[in-house]
Amino acid sequence: MTNTGFVAIFRRDLLLAIRHRGDLSNPIIFFFIIIVLVPLGLTPESSRLSEIAPGMLWIIALLASLLSLNSMFQDDYNDGTLEQIMILPQPLYFMVLAKIVVHWMVTGLPLSLLAPVFGMMLSLPEPGYLPLMLSLLMGTATLSLLGAIGSALTLPLDKEGLLLPLIVMPFYMPILIFGSGTVQFAIDGLSILSPLAVMGSLLALFLFVAPYIAAGALRLSVEG
Amino acid sequence: MFDTENSSASPLDSSILILKDLAFQRNEELLFSSINMAIESGEILQIQGPNGSGKTTLLRMISMTLSPTSGEILWQGKNVNNVREQYLGSLLYLGHQSGLKKSLSADENLLWWRKLNKDNLLPSSDALECVGLTRVKDVPCYHLSAGQLRRASLARLYITRAKLWILDEPFSAIDKQFANELKTLLENHLDNGGIVILTTHQDLEIKDMKYISLASPHKSR
Repeated sequence: MTNTGFVAIFRRDLLLAIRHRGDLSNPIIFFFIIIVLVPLGLTPESSRLSEIAPGMLWIIALLASLLSLNSMFQDDYNDGTLEQIMILPQPLYFMVLAKIVVHWMVTGLPLSLLAPVFGMMLSLPEPGYLPLMLSLLMGTATLSLLGAIGSALTLPLDKEGLLLPLIVMPFYMPILIFGSGTVQFAIDGLSILSPLAVMGSLLALFLFVAPYIAAGALRLSVEG
Repeated sequence: MFDTENSSASPLDSSILILKDLAFQRNEELLFSSINMAIESGEILQIQGPNGSGKTTLLRMISMTLSPTSGEILWQGKNVNNVREQYLGSLLYLGHQSGLKKSLSADENLLWWRKLNKDNLLPSSDALECVGLTRVKDVPCYHLSAGQLRRASLARLYITRAKLWILDEPFSAIDKQFANELKTLLENHLDNGGIVILTTHQDLEIKDMKYISLASPHKSR
């Protein structure tokens, strides 16, 4: 069965995430800090804050996702469990997909669910709440998928520094544009269907290809 | 041994695992070359050589985590790249690193590994009991000593059905008593028609051992 690997890795990674509860809250704390700083640094005036809120929220979400990428394969690589996974007589695709799904569940998903709260703190107009959540749900999943490729490529480099952000950033841009666009459209009273449809198609595309590319990159990295 | 009934095939072809002219080159440096070996069921192969001579590299090559620069590996007469699933399904590789998650207990680690390999397991037997870790089976692995970690990772040998065992320094860090148990385990595996390929700096007194000796990287230049 192809999904025994998926299930086993999914459950183990989730268990690991629960063991490392501290790391779980990192993206949320990061998000929170910036949200607190923005009104202090720019303006506490809610009319001006609500103008920049859609873009600001999306930029922070993107950076939060970027910050958590390193850990996706690094631990497994260091302790040899990645090797054990790679020599299983099963397609690596599903096992990589399991890791990506867990990564999203512990970074993108909680951020998306908390998004209205963060939106409120930045005086995001109310019609933007739901579109913000929807766009973040889809967008952060795509970010995790894309991040997996970069993470797999830079695996053997001990201190990859800014290489990983450099690799994935160009691919993150369309998601940022359509993500914040969705929220802006909703606030302006336009239909959000078209930007959401683009984000959905990006998600569908990368759901299909990203684990495949990441698996190939992992093989290269482990050989390195 | 010659198979008289199958005279068309050379004795090499009837071997179950064949390393054919393997070579590995990294950054212009030839680590080893012309590694040839044929291994039958019930045989044990020890890879010898000084540190840095490529023992682990060769083991990783045989376990398909590394592709050879040239040469090929044949499993039951077929290139392993063509029978990948079947080959991987019959091998067990224990590498340099423990393959254990430090924040999970030995029990949880083994359970995870069992799930991944569930088509390839013996029906039962408490592996952690066999390696003497019952007392600490629920302790997170970062509290275990180096020897206990090695035992926890070797516990897989007690439950696997894999025919080909590839072990990188299985005797490091473990005490004498367990080293003897491990040796018995290897001998039983060989008696049951298994194959063992290992590196170790210990003198194993197992009969009919085959050897590959890798030269020190500096001499081979």
